[in-house]
Amino acid sequence: MTNPAEPVVDLETLSFEQGAHLLVQQELLGLRPGQRLGVTGADPALVVHLEVWCRAHGHRVTPALDTDFGVRAWVERGRADLDRWAGAQRAGAPGVDGIVADPPSDWGLAARGALIEVGGPQTPFDITHRDLVWAEIAPALYANAASAQWDPNTAIDWSAPVDNAPEVERAVVQVMTYLIENEQAALVIPAKLLARVHPHFREVLQLLAVQAADEARHMEVFTRRALLTGHEMGTSAVSGRESLSTLLHEAEFSMASFLLSVLGEGSFLNLLEFLDKNAPDPVTRMVTRLARRDEARHVAFGVAHLRHQATLDPDVHRRMRMAVERRYDALVDTAGLNQDVFDSLVILAAGAWTPQAIAKGYEAVMRLQSEMDDGRQRRLVHLGFSGDEAADLSALHTKNFM
Amino acid sequence: MTTLLMGAVAYDPKVVTIWGGFRSWLRARDFDFDFVLYSNYERQAEDLVEGRIHTAWNSPLAWLRTERLAKAAGRTVRPLVMRDTDRDLTSVVVVRTESAAEKVSDLKGATIGVGAVDSPQATLIPRSFLREAGLEPGNDLSVRRFDVGVGLHGDHIGGERDAARALLAGEVDAATMIDTNHLLFGREGTLPAGSTRVLAQTGKFDHCNMSVVDTAPDDLVKRFGELLLSMSYADAEVRPLLDLEGLKMWQEGRTTGYGLLETAVDEEGFYDERGTVTATEYSP
Ligand SMILES: [Fe+2]
Ligand SMILES: [Fe+2]
Repeated sequence: MTNPAEPVVDLETLSFEQGAHLLVQQELLGLRPGQRLGVTGADPALVVHLEVWCRAHGHRVTPALDTDFGVRAWVERGRADLDRWAGAQRAGAPGVDGIVADPPSDWGLAARGALIEVGGPQTPFDITHRDLVWAEIAPALYANAASAQWDPNTAIDWSAPVDNAPEVERAVVQVMTYLIENEQAALVIPAKLLARVHPHFREVLQLLAVQAADEARHMEVFTRRALLTGHEMGTSAVSGRESLSTLLHEAEFSMASFLLSVLGEGSFLNLLEFLDKNAPDPVTRMVTRLARRDEARHVAFGVAHLRHQATLDPDVHRRMRMAVERRYDALVDTAGLNQDVFDSLVILAAGAWTPQAIAKGYEAVMRLQSEMDDGRQRRLVHLGFSGDEAADLSALHTKNFM
Repeated sequence: MTTLLMGAVAYDPKVVTIWGGFRSWLRARDFDFDFVLYSNYERQAEDLVEGRIHTAWNSPLAWLRTERLAKAAGRTVRPLVMRDTDRDLTSVVVVRTESAAEKVSDLKGATIGVGAVDSPQATLIPRSFLREAGLEPGNDLSVRRFDVGVGLHGDHIGGERDAARALLAGEVDAATMIDTNHLLFGREGTLPAGSTRVLAQTGKFDHCNMSVVDTAPDDLVKRFGELLLSMSYADAEVRPLLDLEGLKMWQEGRTTGYGLLETAVDEEGFYDERGTVTATEYSP
């Protein structure tokens, strides 16, 4: 006889080949291990398949008696599903306030706030503490970056007239060649860091991903500008590549962010502003202006992150100093900025091929370097260095600008 | 010797993952365990009885042969543990939905697709089942065998899947397979839902077991059994291995579930009573 206290689920014509287990499973969720569920339905294979499904899921099936009106088989609820989720815990909570400082490696790629089944493989992420990557401004910067993405094809009027004198056009192409090289470093470094950060810190990954996407666009527009008039690419000096290679080898997240974003991209803000101002044609102006807008965000995250670090760890200033000194030592015997790049900047600022104009251009490049120095010092002071320290450290920054 | 040595048949690469994982788990509990892999069940059964290994993860057919070989050699073997999912299985005789057959005897004169020659669930037990229903395979109906993974005692799913495909294609009138695979084929689309009908279901039988031979050191065997039985699905470390091996818990071994297969083996003359392989057309 069926006991009115025992639930019965009617699968009607639904078969186990079409998802009948969902209805059975749902009913079993409401029962305790050992309690019974009656199952009925019209599929001829119902009992055969119910047995198969239950066997695989740790439930037991007993045949219905002739007197069990309206039931084809009984399921005695097992406990495998409960055992599987017994020790499960939430991976923090989805919002920023739900971030866990030190998420376990085996949370892996699970969404923040997901219910995490215990176990699973360790993951290769080695930057796993909130304080190593976080900045309060990260979510807002990401949102801002996402809304500020532009399409290289339409944001720039590629058909605008470009009729520079040959030596000026060569200077533009040389500067673009240099920019592309630096953009490639600026893409690879956040991309490498991104792959090392525990995905629990979602906003940091998002920000780094958009930053990499920014650099991808910069690479594109600088390349298109370089090739616009059919010239060959300019030169790439060993000294420039040496400077960037020291960035590639910085393993620590904060120090990589400090050297690349605070000091390098910080200096580039001045460079891109200089190019905007001295651009000999509208396309050059537009590509450098758009890139500068993105770079300001990259610098903002670097600065905010290091500020956050400095409030948590007084030792971070010593490490920043050491990072700058180490890099200076590594580059002390190198030539610094590619002479072709320096000369090209002078030519662009000169605007004409006369002794007087060249002198003016030369002075403008001197002023650019001094503005870069000022900017770096200002940011270093903002990070908590004294004025003297800031001046010392800024002076040790690579002559390659990045 | 303080190492408990188990044999297992490498019917799939995952066997290495499973037993390698169990080995780590057991060794982490100070139990010295190792395993050797065989390419087929026949050599494993012989080696177990000869004492080259202490225990063997045996198919039901290998278990029966082990029993016979042991008896002939004056040894005894027993099933130490088995998976919860290896108890009370059934096989089914399946026809296309529109088939005129309403009962097994309606298959007289039909062609039936079965699995590999040495498959307990897809060949031996179903053939015995048909015989009991009055249809002598070969005489009253013709049998088309789908030999995939011969020597693996039906562990390879290929033969059953091929038989199912042949059924759907109209190449055979009926096919036999383990109940689990009928549902699997339905869910994966090999047999689209509603395209086939279960014409008959065999009685219940048990599948694999962990066979031990009496020459194996008692204390090691006892500890091995205790440790396996202690594996809990709530243990996150062992759960992935249980999932891979397809069980929720180990249970005590039992010999009561092999009657149908024993009958089939005798009817077919698959092994003689001393455990010699006497099946024709069987070369693992
Ligand atoms: Fe950039
Ligand atoms: Fe950048």
